[in-house]
Amino acid sequence: MPNQMTHATILELTVRNHPGTMSHITGLFARRAFNLEAILVVPLPGGENSRILLHMANEPKLEQVERQLVKLHDVLSVRQRTDLAPDIFQQLARTLA
Amino acid sequence: MKTTGANLLRILLERQGIHTLPGIPGGAILPFYDALHGSAIRHVLARHEQGAGFIAQGMARVTGRAAACLATSGPGATNLLTAIADARLDSVPLVAITGQVSQSLIGTDAFQEVDTYGLTLPITKHNFLVRSAAELLDVVPLAFQLAESGRPGPVAIDVPKDVQNATIEIDALPEPGRRQPLAPCPDEPIDALAHLLAHAQRPVLYLGGGVISSDASALARALAHRASAPIVSTLMALGAIPPEDPLFMGMLGMHGTQGTNFLLEEADLVLAIGARFDDRATGKVAEFCPRATIAHIDIDPAEIGKIKTAFLGLVGDAADILRRLLDILPPQTRPAWRARAAELRATYPLQHPPRSEDPLHPVNLCRFLGEQLPADAIITTDVGQHQMWVAQAYPFRQPRTLLTSGGLGTMGFGLPAAIGAALAAPGRRVACVSGDGSILMNIQELATLAEENLPVAVLIFNNTHLGLVRQQQELFYRQRYEASRFASSPDFAAIARGFGVRGERIDPMGDPLEQISAALAGEGPCVIDIPIHTTANVYPMVPPGAANRQMLIAQPEPAHA
Ligand SMILES: Cc1ncc(C[n+]2csc(CCOP(=O)(O)OP(=O)(O)O)c2C)c(N)n1
Repeated sequence: MPNQMTHATILELTVRNHPGTMSHITGLFARRAFNLEAILVVPLPGGENSRILLHMANEPKLEQVERQLVKLHDVLSVRQRTDLAPDIFQQLARTLA
Repeated sequence: MKTTGANLLRILLERQGIHTLPGIPGGAILPFYDALHGSAIRHVLARHEQGAGFIAQGMARVTGRAAACLATSGPGATNLLTAIADARLDSVPLVAITGQVSQSLIGTDAFQEVDTYGLTLPITKHNFLVRSAAELLDVVPLAFQLAESGRPGPVAIDVPKDVQNATIEIDALPEPGRRQPLAPCPDEPIDALAHLLAHAQRPVLYLGGGVISSDASALARALAHRASAPIVSTLMALGAIPPEDPLFMGMLGMHGTQGTNFLLEEADLVLAIGARFDDRATGKVAEFCPRATIAHIDIDPAEIGKIKTAFLGLVGDAADILRRLLDILPPQTRPAWRARAAELRATYPLQHPPRSEDPLHPVNLCRFLGEQLPADAIITTDVGQHQMWVAQAYPFRQPRTLLTSGGLGTMGFGLPAAIGAALAAPGRRVACVSGDGSILMNIQELATLAEENLPVAVLIFNNTHLGLVRQQQELFYRQRYEASRFASSPDFAAIARGFGVRGERIDPMGDPLEQISAALAGEGPCVIDIPIHTTANVYPMVPPGAANRQMLIAQPEPAHA
């Protein structure tokens, strides 16, 4: 949908912790030519599920991205994290540098 | 019960109702083939894995139920990929099962090792690499459930050889995987749609393949008559509405009739049902239905607004939504709009010479086949001009009678899909309309056809060209023909006989239609090679990238002295 949103967005996914889940998600971004700036994955307590944060900049088709992500079998939920500052990824990068 | 992974896989497939299973064996899938020995499942030995994939697709497209196919690791799996990708784009429920090298060898570049999981990932709804025999208990029912639920599609299951050989103790078998019920569409958008339809002046229904997969054809027709809304159809929805229906305008888009595309220019409301605004249907999207409000019913929420912003989107099963809409929608007569549709239909018929002058003109040929074959005959096509002529001129009267590769446009689809259709619909007449280019892409399946002795007629519209390529070079590349003409033409009738299939070549000098009719009347499978004009074009044609109103139409033939 040609919607005019061009600023950075962070999406939070809860996914099955399963080899292959990451490939499905990154594969979707590659195949549909969606922009992906940064990605962070951590297993959730119990080890069944993982949490993923996706940082997207200048993605005009945000709604389409969310709808396609929800369709993946191993993706259990998708929501926008407007409360997180997009520069948390930069902060993380600095601590790793 | 103690059993092996291979045996468990067989039992789970039997419980899914799989009784016909096309495939080709090889090292990494041999334990499973051993388990098939003596099973009630009838294995159909294809001659190329792509053939096996399309045989399964033919079965699935005719029945609407998931069909399965089999291949070994490595080249077996890569040969299946085209049929899987094709099923994805046309939303066909398919479960592709491949053997894989043993887990201890995965990642070592072992003999016939290929990353089937990685290769199938972008072309399936979901895929699995099975890591233990016990996982089969979850994976197999889930694969069928995913293939059939919501918007159907292909699922791949890669089974390493050690998983097939492993022994496992099981106390209970899982329930077979079934289509899951969908969350029903809420009432509000249905009310809003009824309101839109009641207040529109010039509504049009735009039907896609989803109407056929949700068995909503009769409901869509009822809606058209209730709302006095003419119907346009994509390639994938042909058969949903019988051509004699006064509101049926035929196929829209690149090779649609002019009246159909002009009608969409005038519409003030377009209701898309199970259609995905494919570029072959819409032409230049920004200029598609320029005066219309768009309402869109689809089972896949991601389709709504993907290409064209919908004023109103309804997510759910089309049959359920249409039934509930019909409960509340008052009848509307709209005599002027009905008359306008009838006028456009009458003003812009398909252009073709009369049968008496040119019986082998492809449009005449398709109409003739429509007279020769019963209303429930299943027609498969390959890809090219012949496919478009069939879509334009063959009178599809029932849903699921046209099986064609719409989304991927795969040459080589027709023959194996026809074999699958004949396997799944015993007693029905099946015809594959192909081109002399496409038929060569899976011609080895004539061996399968001969072996299974199915009532499939293969009609080759032989123009000695890659016709659709030649047409594009003529129209859009200044007649610089490159690689579109065959310098040598095989004798298809002799090839057919070589495979043990009846082969006929039609002689245009005699009475060609009489000869075709006689060939169709014979018993068993046959190949009918029909010489057609070598340079006929499919018209109308919207140039790629142009708006649908900019159709090219046939130039009048120069008069010969
Ligand atoms: C596997 C595959 N390769 C290439 C194409 C591109 N292509 C589309 S139509 C066509 C020509 C088809 O020729 P033929 O089967 O003889 O049919 P005709 O157009 O002459 O009716 C080609 C090469 C394709 N659709 N599929």
